[in-house]
Amino acid sequence: MDKKRIAKKLVYAFITIFFVLLFNFFLFRVLPGDIVSMLSRGGKATPEMLANIRKMYGLDLPWYQQFFVYLKNLSAGDLGVSFMYKKPVLDVIGARILPTVVLLGVAEIFAILIGIVFGIVSAWKRGKALDTGLLSTSLLLYSMPTFWLGMMLILIFCVYLKVLPISGMVTPGRLFVDQWAQLQDILRHMILPMICLTLGMIGEYAITMRSTVIDVLSEDYITTAKAKGFSDGYVLRRHAMPNAMLPMITLIAINLGMIVGGAIQVETVFSWPGLGSLMYNALVNRDYPLLQGVFLLSTVAVVFANFLSDILYEMVDPRVRSMGG
Amino acid sequence: MNQQKDAIVSVEDLRVHFEVRQGFFSAFSKKEPPVVRAVDGVTLSVGRGEILSLVGESGSGKTTVGKAILQLVPPTTGTVSFDGAPVPQDRQGLHAFRQCAQMIFQDPYQSLNPRHYISDIVAEPLDVAGIDLSADVRDARVREALEQAGLTPADDYLYRYPYELSGGQRQRVVIAGALILKPKFIVADEPVSMLDASIRTGILKLMLRLRDEQDIAYLFITHDLSLAWLISDRIAIMYLGKIMEIGAAEEIIKRGLHPYTQALMAVMPVPGQVREGGRTVLEGETPNAAIRIEGCKFSGRCPRAFDRCRKEEPELVEVAPGHSVACFLV
Amino acid sequence: MAVNKTKANLRRRRMREFLDQVKANKMALTGTIVLAFFVLTAIIGPFFFPFDVMEFGNVEDILQPPGPGHILGTDDMGRDVLGYLIAGSRVSLLVGALATLLCMVIGTIIGIVAGYSGKAVDNILMRITDFFLVIPWLPLMMVLAAILGTSIWNIILVIGVTSWAGTARVVRAQTLSVRERQFVERTVSIGAGSGHIMLYHILPNVFPLVFASTILVAAAAITSETTLSFLGMGDPAHASWGMMLHYAFETGATSTGAWWYFLPPGICVVAVVLAFTLMGYAFDEILNPKLKER
Repeated sequence: MDKKRIAKKLVYAFITIFFVLLFNFFLFRVLPGDIVSMLSRGGKATPEMLANIRKMYGLDLPWYQQFFVYLKNLSAGDLGVSFMYKKPVLDVIGARILPTVVLLGVAEIFAILIGIVFGIVSAWKRGKALDTGLLSTSLLLYSMPTFWLGMMLILIFCVYLKVLPISGMVTPGRLFVDQWAQLQDILRHMILPMICLTLGMIGEYAITMRSTVIDVLSEDYITTAKAKGFSDGYVLRRHAMPNAMLPMITLIAINLGMIVGGAIQVETVFSWPGLGSLMYNALVNRDYPLLQGVFLLSTVAVVFANFLSDILYEMVDPRVRSMGG
Repeated sequence: MNQQKDAIVSVEDLRVHFEVRQGFFSAFSKKEPPVVRAVDGVTLSVGRGEILSLVGESGSGKTTVGKAILQLVPPTTGTVSFDGAPVPQDRQGLHAFRQCAQMIFQDPYQSLNPRHYISDIVAEPLDVAGIDLSADVRDARVREALEQAGLTPADDYLYRYPYELSGGQRQRVVIAGALILKPKFIVADEPVSMLDASIRTGILKLMLRLRDEQDIAYLFITHDLSLAWLISDRIAIMYLGKIMEIGAAEEIIKRGLHPYTQALMAVMPVPGQVREGGRTVLEGETPNAAIRIEGCKFSGRCPRAFDRCRKEEPELVEVAPGHSVACFLV
Repeated sequence: MAVNKTKANLRRRRMREFLDQVKANKMALTGTIVLAFFVLTAIIGPFFFPFDVMEFGNVEDILQPPGPGHILGTDDMGRDVLGYLIAGSRVSLLVGALATLLCMVIGTIIGIVAGYSGKAVDNILMRITDFFLVIPWLPLMMVLAAILGTSIWNIILVIGVTSWAGTARVVRAQTLSVRERQFVERTVSIGAGSGHIMLYHILPNVFPLVFASTILVAAAAITSETTLSFLGMGDPAHASWGMMLHYAFETGATSTGAWWYFLPPGICVVAVVLAFTLMGYAFDEILNPKLKER
């Protein structure tokens, strides 16, 4: 039974990805103006490139055949050639994946942990000063555009306090004694963007966790547990938490799209050399192949991550387990 | 017989079967999907201005019969005739049919849209039927319907919301809404079972008065035999999708022959009547309508069932003029 | 006529009851007041502090800190920041409002049609909705804006067309439950068609939910517009808070510490979004009394 559900979800994930490909394809081919004229308008492509593109993408063919050409190219790893970098898109993207993954990964983990703690404490001390304080902070952080938060952090830490570097991943032009010193430099550059991204994500997690825990705490089985004389901490840990975690998993899945958005903003503001700032540069320079490539990659990654968290949810939800799936 | 010559509604061998919804992968299995036989061969008729009660427990299919007659639920097989002709299936014909046959529902707290004014609720059948009236005429008809339903002065009710009215008043609004198209036939599905006992009489009296004044026929659906006795001309007893016994109200009550009828009678409180003998109280619960039953549907719970009952299904047989029973004991 | 007066009286009384509830709820009240303030400034502000985004200021006045004559200092072109801010409020609020309207219309229609029609139609519409829910919003908006161009109408279109999925889901869920209620059955029994039922019965009963959802969507729309403008997809002909922030960043106001240029627009955005969020949660409580009991 379990396998059937997983298979079904996998199928849905693939269907979604297929539609993303279709969407991607249509966006740049069928919308007003064919790609060649768009490119020649931009003035970034040479005549040889234009001829090449025509041949490569089979632009004289009817659209459904074009789509297959597109898919064929895709499966070979050919995402086109970037106008800006004059290199295959895949290569350009490859070089920038790591910084983004590191930034996203660490920030997301911190955001989830802090958000959960804020949420629980807030719910537990509902109505008291601590709750009001935490809730207000969370609401404030939630309402702030992430990039603006970044600008403020730069103002405080880089301009006024002068403790951290403004942008980039490494200090340009510096030579390092050894690996360790270089790593330190990178970490110094990473602190602010990471704090920015984390703070930007905390708000939603904290608020949702708070609502969920409040809901759970108002259920009868909590009152029963308390009546049995269990300590507050025990009730929280053994009874409230496990049930509150389920909606959190769903939220984390839903938020994966948001964190991509956050990453784009943070990387742009701090010039962190990852996929987010790459997408920004591609956009500003109308580098369509690169733009398409990054869009495709981020979308597929999010769809896949959603699928994984869906599976995780199925495995964790005891109601689903006990029913045999 | 059951079928009257001059019936306003007549139903012939009506069957309504629902398929139980299957999961995604069952489309690949060879087994037949289970079918709920809500109505499994019902034949009856309602004369003009007559009140026929359809009595049965929950799950007997009585509500489904009512809905099938009004085409709210598609009949699987069988015919439903109105005023001598089969009920039209095309859009226009259905439209015309709906103006002559209406329904009153059980729950007055749920059958009115909480966000509409009373006047809009009552007038809606006019709008839906596409009857074009000037605002004045429309208004007048709404008032007329409200007053016929006992809600006077109509002005007080026109611009109220349902939550501002009591249960009895709401049911009257439902009745007003059913009346406004001047129907000849009304299916009343447990119209008083959710009302306080003291309010019930008022609603029942209203229904009787409307029948007398406007010659409206009713199919009165209820689980309460004593209620049926109070209000109806004829009574039909239903069990698990089939009619067990049908006849004039007095006949059924005083000389009911089917074991099920007798069991229902036994638990019915009758003031002033002293009963002789022991009561036959039914054991068990209504079986699952999805499971096909061989023989008489009642055989599982019948205290007097014998072999033949379990193998063959009894037909409705006339035992006295206008009184038919489906039982091998007769 | 006497009856019409009763109708008017009843209406008035019900509106008063609703407003009393709003007043009692502090969150809703704060949110409403803040929003009213911004809307008011957007409407009459420009008369007191005229500003034209296409004009240049004086070269000597570039990026001056707050001082006499310019309460909030000057921008990178020597123009008054306060005037810019007020002009920007008009654009930001308007774009937010229109994008929200578009989003709600699409989401509500799809939600109701999907919920009421069921089966195949529902399935297809829900797959489409899920598609839009999964795709990360910013890359999608960026790509669409890159293709469509950066006019202000395109921005409204882009935001509206990508943000309706959440609303559609919520509306559909509510439609499913309203559909089962007996008054819908009653309306079917008098012969009403699907369109009539969806419009006169489902929609009014789904509306309170739609209203609360609208407010939260508005908050998201304003954030989206600000972010898109900051990333360079805004309309240069129309000053919005997002555009202010874009120019502030591009011209290095952050690294040179010209806080008066980018702090005020950001604060305004936060204030408006916060106001909407508070109102949204508060209306949720008012319209759903069960939440208060907890």
